This record gives sequence, C-alpha cells and structure tokens, in this order.
Amino acid sequence: MKRGAPLARLALVLALGLAGCGGEADSAVDHAATSEKPAYGDTFIEALTGNISGLIPNIVGDGASHTVAAHMYNGLITHDRDISVVPDLAESWILARDCRDLTFRLRNNVRWHDGRPFTADDVVFTYRLMTHPKTPSPYKDDFAAVESVHAVDPYTVRVRYREPYAKALTIWGQSMLPRHLLEPYVAEGRLREAPQNFTAPVGTGPYRFREIQSGQKIVLVANPDYYAGAPYISRIVFRIIPSQATIFLELKAKGIDTATLTALQYKRQTDYPAFAKAYNKFRYPASIYSYLGLNLKDPRFADKRVRQAFAHAINKGDLIDGVRLGLARPATGPYKPGTWVYNPNVRTYGYDPARARALLAEAGWKTINSDGLLVKNGQAFTFELLTSQGSDEGRKVAEIVQANLRDIGIGVEIRVLEWAAFLKEHIKKRRFEAVAMAWSIGLDPDQFGIWHSSKTGPDEFNFVSYSNPEVDELLDRGRMTCLQDERKRAYDRLQEILAEDQPIIFLYFRDALPVVASRVRGILPGPIGIDYNFTEWFVPKQLQLYTAG
Amino acid sequence: MLAYALRRLVLAVPLLLGITLISFVVIHLAPGEPVDLQTGDLSVQSSAQAKQLLREVYGLDKPLTVQYWNWLGRLTRLDFGRSFAPDGRPVLQKISERLPITLLLNIVEMLIIVALAVPIGVLSATRQYSTFDKVTTVFVFVGFATPDFWLALLLMILFGVQLGWLPISGLRSLNWEYLSFWRQQWDFLGHLALPILVATFGGLAGFSRYMRQSMLEVVRQDYIQSARAKGLAEPIVIGKHALRNALLPVVTILGLSLPGLIGGSVIVESIFAIPGMGQLMVQAVFERDYPVIMGNLVIVSTLTLVANLVADVTYSFVDPRIRVAARRGRR
Repeated sequence: MKRGAPLARLALVLALGLAGCGGEADSAVDHAATSEKPAYGDTFIEALTGNISGLIPNIVGDGASHTVAAHMYNGLITHDRDISVVPDLAESWILARDCRDLTFRLRNNVRWHDGRPFTADDVVFTYRLMTHPKTPSPYKDDFAAVESVHAVDPYTVRVRYREPYAKALTIWGQSMLPRHLLEPYVAEGRLREAPQNFTAPVGTGPYRFREIQSGQKIVLVANPDYYAGAPYISRIVFRIIPSQATIFLELKAKGIDTATLTALQYKRQTDYPAFAKAYNKFRYPASIYSYLGLNLKDPRFADKRVRQAFAHAINKGDLIDGVRLGLARPATGPYKPGTWVYNPNVRTYGYDPARARALLAEAGWKTINSDGLLVKNGQAFTFELLTSQGSDEGRKVAEIVQANLRDIGIGVEIRVLEWAAFLKEHIKKRRFEAVAMAWSIGLDPDQFGIWHSSKTGPDEFNFVSYSNPEVDELLDRGRMTCLQDERKRAYDRLQEILAEDQPIIFLYFRDALPVVASRVRGILPGPIGIDYNFTEWFVPKQLQLYTAG
Repeated sequence: MLAYALRRLVLAVPLLLGITLISFVVIHLAPGEPVDLQTGDLSVQSSAQAKQLLREVYGLDKPLTVQYWNWLGRLTRLDFGRSFAPDGRPVLQKISERLPITLLLNIVEMLIIVALAVPIGVLSATRQYSTFDKVTTVFVFVGFATPDFWLALLLMILFGVQLGWLPISGLRSLNWEYLSFWRQQWDFLGHLALPILVATFGGLAGFSRYMRQSMLEVVRQDYIQSARAKGLAEPIVIGKHALRNALLPVVTILGLSLPGLIGGSVIVESIFAIPGMGQLMVQAVFERDYPVIMGNLVIVSTLTLVANLVADVTYSFVDPRIRVAARRGRR
C-alpha cells in the first residue's frame, strides 16, 4: 500500500525498457498459433501501483513512469524476444571491431507525434541532454564513455567512444527526445517543468498521449502514423491503483485486463474455471535475484569457509517453495539461467548441513555452548539480519535463513527497517552484519558497480566491501570490448570466482507472473518477457469490449 | 468577545512560527535525504554526481538555518515551493488536486456520523441497559475494532466481485466522460459508497459514546427533574431541554475535528485507489519531500488554530452561561 520495494520497481524499469534476460519461458496457454484475423480497436486497461513522476523517461527512475513512456517513445535500437538487439529508429548500423566507432543509419519515415520529422539532430540533442551537467538523469553514466556524437547528414549519426565500450550499441535503446520542443529547457536545467513532462509529451512511439488525471488514470491512443504501422489496440488506459490487493480484486471483477500476480495468487487463488476462461497466465524468469549479503569487513564473514558453510546450510529448495511457492529458479551467481552470459559450470552448494558444520569447524567454530550455538574465542556466533519493510519477501527469506542457520548452531536476529532509514543508516554507513535483499540486473552483463573493489564508497554499491583483484581485472575486461565471445570468456571466469568466493549467498531468481485477458491475441512469451511485441497484440472484432474514443 | 477573538488571532502567529520551526527540525532529523530516494537509491546507474546536482537544485547543501529562513521567506509570499518528488510540481498544485476529494469524503463521513451518532447516543442513554443499548454498544465497538482495510476488502469482494453492484476502486468509471450529467453523479456516488461506508462504520463509536455519556449526565440533572415535574411531555424534556445541554461537548469535539477533515486515511485511500491527501502525505514522508510535508503542516496548523478559535467562540454562543459570565465580568 505504501511505495513498494524500490528494487522491485527498478526491476520493472529494467524489465520493461530493457527487459529481462530470458530462459525457458513457460505459459499456461500457448497463443502463438492464432488463426484469427488481426483487427483494430478495443481498449487495454492496465494498473499502475504508483503515480508516475513524469513523462520524460530519461530523467526518472521509477517503474510506473517507464511503463507508460515505453509506449510513447523509441530508442535507436530495441531488444527482441530473445534479447537480441534489433533496429528501432535506426534501420541499420556499423560498429567497428575496436568498439569505438559506431555509425547509425536512421529511418527516414519517422515523425514525432506533432508531425515534425525525426532526424539525426534529435539524436545529437538527446545525447547532449543526457550529458548536460544540469540534467538530473539516473542514466547519465551510460553516456560518459562517449567522446563525440555528430550528425553526418539528416539520417546518419556517427558516435565515437573514448575507449572500447561494451555497451556501445545498447545505450542507444534510450528514448529519443524532440529537440524542437525541449531545447530551451535543457540549458536552464528546467526539463521537469517542460510541458513534455506532464501535459503534452511528444515522442515517436506507437501510442500518443491523450490525457492524464493525476493520481487516477493516464490514457494513450494509437498513433496512426507510427513508422512500423499503427498498433492494433486503439487505446491504453493506465489506472493508478496503489494496493496489490485491490488490483487483484479489479482483475477478478474484470475492471483491468492485466496484472502481475504474487506467487500466492498465481498458485492458489486463481485456480477456478471462470478465471482460466477469462485470463491467460504466463510465467517467465524475472531479472531479480534474492540474496543474503554479508558484511565482508566483519572478520567472521571475511573467512570464505564461513560463507561457503552458509551456502550449504541454506536449503534453497525450501526457500523457493516457502517464499515463492515454487515459482522461482535457484541462483548460482548474478546472471539469469538461459541468458547468453550465464555459466552453468560453476561450483554449486547443495543443501548439506553436515558439510556446513565441517567448514565452520575448519574456520575455528568447533565448540557448541549450552544454547546450541557455535562458539569461538568465547564468543557465540550470532548476528543481526536486516531487511527492508517494503516487501514480504525479504522477511520470509530472512525467517527461513534464520531457521536453517539455527540448525547448524548459528543464531540470527531479524530486524525489519523502513527503506530510507535502512539505506541511509545501515547500507551507506556499512553498519550491518547481514542483509536479506535482492538485486535487479539489467540487460547488459556489466556489474562493475556491484563487484569492483573501487566501488566501496558510501554512495556506491559494493556495500559488502568485496575485493578480489582477479575479479576487478575481469570486470574491466568485460566492459572494454563489445565482442560477445570475449565478454563471455571474462564473465564465465567471473561467475566461477564468485561461486567459489560466495561474497554474497546467491539464493534464487523469482518468476514474473503476468496474466492477460483472454480476449487479447498475439502474446508470445520469450526470454525478455511478454510486453516486447505489444504493438502486435489485438482483440478479434467480435470479442472487443470497449470502443475506441 | 471581539477583543477575545482578535487577541487569539494575534497570538496564533508566533504559535504558527513555532510549529513550523519544530516541524522543520523534526523532519530533517529523519535519516535519509530526498536525493537518495530519487536517483533510484540502489540503482546501479545513479551516481554521486547526479545526487550532488539534485542537492544543489533543492538547496539541501545549505545549512539548515538558511534553508528554513529561505522557506519562511517564500511562505510570506504564499509560495510553498516546488515538490522534491521527480515531478517537481508546485506544492500548492499537488495539494489542491487532492484536497477537494479528501474534504468531500471527510465532510460527508462526518455528517453521516453525526446524523447517526446523536440519535444512537440519545436513545442509548434514555434506554440505558435496554436491548437497544446493548446491541448498539456491541455494534459500534465492533466497528471501532475492525481494521479498515480488512473490512474494505471484504465489502469489495461482496459488492464488487460477487454481486457486482458497486465499483471496486477509483472515483469514476472509465466511460464517465460519455455519461449524461445525472448518470455521472450517480456513478460518482457509487464509487464513494464503499469508502464512506468503511470510514463511517469505524468512526461511529467515538461520537455515539460521547453522546451517550453526555446525555446520561444531563438526564440526571435537577433541571430535568423539574421539567418533568412541571408536567412537560417526555419528548420535549429530552428532545428540547436535555439534548441542547448534552450537545455541548459534542459541539466542542466537532470543532476540534475540523483540522482532521483535511487529513485522509492513507489505508482507505490506497485500498480504494482514491487520490487523496493521505496518500500524498505518506508518500511525501517516505520520499523526504520536505516542501510538501511543510506545506501540509502549515495548512493543517493554521486550520487547527482557526478551528480551535471557532470552537471556543461557538461554545460561548451555544452555552449562555459563558456569555453571561463574560458580560458580568465586563461590568
């Protein structure tokens, strides 16, 4: 009811704009083969759990804003069903093997929603906007490696990077913004006040903005001049419904056409025939993994054997069954199974309490005191496990971990904290022993910010204080080339080391559980999710419920 | 009377200043900055630079005294500033979008509660320990004890999902623009039905018990006995003489609940997806959105002081003893 777990929101950002790295995607009903004729019309009603912050996606970080903006804007490239890079506003490109020179050839039939043509000037402008010192964008860093961007002619853009850059191509999935409307606002740093941000966004995307009622709903209508052809569904209405419980009830009452279900709802509360008739359920691995973070500056956790013991002591199967009702996959590292970067040949830690106890004994934790806890140098092995109040999941994970560790003689105290206080007082000040949290991962495998030993400053994300020179070197190597096979070699080795070292105990990748009204056809689940081909979804004429306004 | 009111108004100004100062200090004591939460907190893509930029934009890099002074200066021009939330809209705009619906819901709720609580209280008191008294006591306490969100969900399932009589959430149907004027009003009422029902059920206990208690005290007074002895009919004794006196504390309480009218219940609002003040404020606190928090505080404090004054003045009108004492005091 209050703001949901920010990381889950971020997952939505990354899951939709740049979406998930896929594995096998299951779906309850396969609608790949449809013999119905696509028809234009109907309205699709979605729910947002929070109010949007603005309609310029480049400067906001919350999931709701990106969900809406994804329909109104395009980047130069986008990602297809299996996460491969495909053309969007750029019809082709040439990336030099040294990963430093990139030339885009833009489509010449793209227009902004106000009718003006989209040209290379807009690309250069978007780049300048992202890197302008007064632009408050969370995605600024992506463009830091760019040395220059210039328009060779109205439909050709040349980008030069300072050094070989792994994300040379993929950062151009960023939404392109109209120069003729936003230029005056950039220099003064007043982008947020531009009408583009709240009342009149203009993009190139398949849907145009129609209206917004703050806090209540946002309406988008199909763009008949979209370069790839008008989308079939004529209107999208986003209803703002902050409570997950209410969203579920609205779904049951057919007030909305899609929702993401919780594990409980998916498994137990939607098993009746009327629901199956009205909705299709889908399931695919989301790009979020839950983990147990340990403060590596604590001498107890600095010992690798202790961490490995934890990995053996925690029953991941139980965890997945208990927390996600089986709707998750075990994580062996920071990459999702089924993606190109995933390395299945790493050390795994099966549930083995005996092995855990043996490892702890090797690390000096041999004696057991009268409470059943392990002791070393007169100190019992107890620690405090922190988790944030935003979601149930962190707490449930903590409880199961607590039980598992108690079995091998380690006492855990759980503490639930409000998110901002958690972040500020404990994460940033490194005042924690252990945390139960989740990381959302982006499309690009670069995780420099999380694992590099230089990223241990207060506002930085290697807050467990992990330091391994070989890992540092691999992270550097992975970012400096855009050639997939070279990156794969570096990241494979990275996963081997992380699995061996267990700087954090990797737990599971949860499944995303969307349902969509059964009248909608054309949904083809894939590693990236289901929304990537929204413009091809349609409702057969005889099943259309709402006439387009 | 006028002199009294004026004196109170003048004293209210330093009181208001004190309130804003203390509030300002307190909200800054909470750990966490708005910039932390805006740049995506643990988003691996935000940077220290982006945060510093935001700090400068919001003036958070200045010392607290300077920040407070600046805010106060802007306030004298009735400029409540811009929200720190990523949408950066003016605080007054954000508040004025949400205030009307919250006020509407609260006022309707209060009217219904008073309309129900007074008769319930009176009847319970005059028929103390009767079946009616016992049943209503249980009823209002059940309402008081029931958690709002639980009741809300149950009603939504019953009336929304199973019976389909009422809409589940929001303020208006999606096809509202295409309805005729009267159907629009009917639709709006339908959307408000459940939230008001939930809120009223919970709020009935307080007022009805006050009413009952107050009435019980009044009917034991000597003047009621003399009224009866005079031969007045019972309805007149109760309805005219007793009721007026019994209403005095209730009027005071009503006056004191005026400031509460602009605060919404965040739980009810979230469940019913009503974009009201409750959600705005809770969100602002979680995001450390200082301008919005301070803006709300100023409005609520001002209203509280005004409401207190109005309650006192009303009380003196309603209760002749105070008027007479004041007049006597002046002679």
